[in-house]
Amino acid sequence: MGEGTVKKIMYVNRKAPYGTIYALESLEVVLIAAAFDQDVSLVFMDDGVYQLKKGHQTKGIEVKNFQPTYRALDDYDVNKLYVEKEALEARGLSEADMCVPVEVKSAAEIGKLMEEQDVLLSF
Amino acid sequence: MNIGILVNEGPYTHEASDSAYQFCKAALAAGHQIQRVFFYHDGVNNASRLTEPPQDDRNIVNRWSKLATDHKVDLVVCVAAALRRGIKDENLAPGFRISGLGQLIESSIQADRLVTFGD
Amino acid sequence: MLHIVNKSPLERNTLDSCLAAAQSGAAVLLIEDGVYAATRGNAAESKLRSASERLEIYVLAPDLEARGMGASLTEGVKPVDYAGFVDLVVKHKNCQSWL
Repeated sequence: MGEGTVKKIMYVNRKAPYGTIYALESLEVVLIAAAFDQDVSLVFMDDGVYQLKKGHQTKGIEVKNFQPTYRALDDYDVNKLYVEKEALEARGLSEADMCVPVEVKSAAEIGKLMEEQDVLLSF
Repeated sequence: MNIGILVNEGPYTHEASDSAYQFCKAALAAGHQIQRVFFYHDGVNNASRLTEPPQDDRNIVNRWSKLATDHKVDLVVCVAAALRRGIKDENLAPGFRISGLGQLIESSIQADRLVTFGD
Repeated sequence: MLHIVNKSPLERNTLDSCLAAAQSGAAVLLIEDGVYAATRGNAAESKLRSASERLEIYVLAPDLEARGMGASLTEGVKPVDYAGFVDLVVKHKNCQSWL
């Protein structure tokens, strides 16, 4: 692969925030990746949709609230964010609960997008 | 084929590191190249040279080091994740190097495949 | 593409998530605790059987054997060793580890 190669890279987030560090450290990867000018997309499936649930207040657990970083993604031209429809429904959430603009897709539609990727990264 | 590997868990607690190692060994035996093994999250603990497993158990850290020596595999530990967990140059096992997350992105761009092992 | 599942179907919903997303013709490789899904009598057996009609299902034999389940492999699931795992990765354009 030479200079200027653009790959389709998808970051798959399936874990809830705070209970484990995966959500935060995945976000750190996405921010670095933004500098590489690749075709980046993020999907939130299963408990991963909780990462985007509006209104994180982390003072009481003394852990950094990293939710504002999701809102900064657009500044890095990372704006393909997909959220799994079934995951929202199973958690009593809707698109309106999300802290950033997202596209809601079914698991099967997300699976189709996965097929189109060059690389899938999950944490 | 050039294969990149991502290891997200530390040694011993999860099987991820064992699976990744066995995969690397099989890939090399089949004539493929391991472009890089990137250690992230608790995976950085694979690089601690202070690790001392019991005599009758596998030494996961030494095993990675040997892979680096025998096959020139690039073992990269994420600096941010490593510092969070107390992995520094002073306790880094041979064959590993500490670098940035850019190395993982580079891997995903340069390698033909990227395989993730984690929890 | 290749999907890799490493969780017991009785501990997490990982296999369900994978099967819901996997497109017909894709391959699913069960490794680590994921191998329990491919054993006879497991609650996931019928789910896996119907999935095997549209997906290729593989299991990592060393993980199956390590768990004393070598003789309990569900019909229709193909066992592979680590070399076979590598071949699956090489053969498919991309892979997703359902961690």
